[in-house]
Amino acid sequence: MTAIALPLPAIPARTRPIEEAAWVRRFLIGLALAFLTLFLFLPLISVFYEALRKGWDVYIAAITEPDAVSAIQLTLTAAAIAVPLNLVFGVAAAWAVTKFEFRGKNLLVTLIDLPFSISPVVSGLIYVLIFGLQGWLGPWLAEHDIRIIFAVPGIVLATLFVTVPFIARELIPLMQSQGTEEEEAAVVLGANGWQIFFRITLPNIKWGLLYGVILCNARAMGEFGAVSVVSGHIRGSTNTLPLHVEILYNEYNFAAAFAVASLLALLALITLALKAIVESKTREKPVTTGIQE
Amino acid sequence: MGPFRQHSVLPGFNLALGFTLLYLSLIVLIPISAAFVRTAELTLPEFWDVVTTPRVLASYRLTFGASFAAALLNAIFGLLVAWVLVRYSFPGKKLVDALVDLPFALPTAVAGIALTALYAGNGWIGQYLEPLGLKIAFTPAGVFVALTFIGLPFVVRTVQPVLEDLEPELEEAAATLGASRLQTFLRVIFPAIFPALVTGFALAFARAIGEYGSVIFIAGNMPMISEITPLLIITKLEQYDYAGATALAVVMLMISFVLLLIINLLQGWSRSRSSSSV
Repeated sequence: MTAIALPLPAIPARTRPIEEAAWVRRFLIGLALAFLTLFLFLPLISVFYEALRKGWDVYIAAITEPDAVSAIQLTLTAAAIAVPLNLVFGVAAAWAVTKFEFRGKNLLVTLIDLPFSISPVVSGLIYVLIFGLQGWLGPWLAEHDIRIIFAVPGIVLATLFVTVPFIARELIPLMQSQGTEEEEAAVVLGANGWQIFFRITLPNIKWGLLYGVILCNARAMGEFGAVSVVSGHIRGSTNTLPLHVEILYNEYNFAAAFAVASLLALLALITLALKAIVESKTREKPVTTGIQE
Repeated sequence: MGPFRQHSVLPGFNLALGFTLLYLSLIVLIPISAAFVRTAELTLPEFWDVVTTPRVLASYRLTFGASFAAALLNAIFGLLVAWVLVRYSFPGKKLVDALVDLPFALPTAVAGIALTALYAGNGWIGQYLEPLGLKIAFTPAGVFVALTFIGLPFVVRTVQPVLEDLEPELEEAAATLGASRLQTFLRVIFPAIFPALVTGFALAFARAIGEYGSVIFIAGNMPMISEITPLLIITKLEQYDYAGATALAVVMLMISFVLLLIINLLQGWSRSRSSSSV
């Protein structure tokens, strides 16, 4: 009987001092999920529900009719031009901003972000003011029979504008945190500029770059306001997918509108999934400089 | 004033900066300056008349009011969502965390028609609100709902990292000193995340001011009642009133610049706060 160890002081049943009581936790989780359900989950679910409500046949017909197919093609074309151009821009801007010290750098970074803070409608309008019939270059373009506004080039330009910052703003903080030691070591060892970029910098930034490309692509394919101003809404010719959704919706063809919208919602979900994968990759392998290892 | 740039052994400065400036000028700066140059064709009194008609003033009131209310709701619930995601665990948390970014990824037109379907009188949510006398779709309240959706990720994503970096020692010290959990939150945690919260609010507000796609479907777009300023620009453009559309665009551009400046200052404040607390 003597050998019985004294029980350790019991850990009190109540929570640790820096945790909330269980009912508070449950209440807060419930409240947060209720808010997200009303404003996030239900809108997402309703897109697919409304799309499939009239049945699978209506759905397939809506996304395979010629106008829908041509909208898909135009959306892919605009993204296929805008994303690579902004990729080159983003890398060049990040290289200039993060590898060198020069005056006016903060201003440059602010200017790169500018398209994010401008209303999409204004983004489209400014191109009309330059290339439209009443615009600066309008008369000259009309004389030479070149159409930019209410035509594909205008859509590409508007898409370019709204997606300018995406890749640059992912790369700048990343490359800032990586410093310039590795590149400088490569210079000492005799590498030229392109060798440095492709062998040293690119492998270091590949996930950040991919992340920026994913976000840039999502916006390029989904842009509505800016593209709407410059498109002219010509069916089968200057309609992107989001504009096609609008036309169908305004014609009270709801099932078809939601069917086409569901393609864009699917694209958004794929974007989020890729984003989560890239984020977990960068978290698993924290950026390390080879020199320190 | 030192030299334009400090010496560096790395190559490519001229090419990279030259290309950056050329591209930025062609795609962004020259087109934006077009709006200012074109609006200079109006005299100042003419400009003032165009941007202060009753219909335009009503659109400012709606745009600013709904954006402010939506950003405020997002500040409250964004903080709650960030808190729940950082501090608690529950099934499906990873999925919820990933879906918070949905408004960034979902095209605004899709959000617009989905919210309209939900909040219309016969919609999943609207059918319960309508008997209570609450009409959401095709009223100014619809504008508020759409702007809440598109601003949702901002506060969550600005507050979340600050909450993650918060040191538990501070809270333990507060608890040891006899503070209740609520006191600790109000006196220790809240001041630490406040700059991030305000930054998130400002980002959501700035985004909402310019929003177009998601709003036009749900708003009903009645002049003087539920018509936002970006829509008014489009209306004027469709009536070939280029001067009027450009004048309104210049007003919106100037608002964007001011908000961008404020956000830059807030982010600086936020950064200095979080680095000084570490």
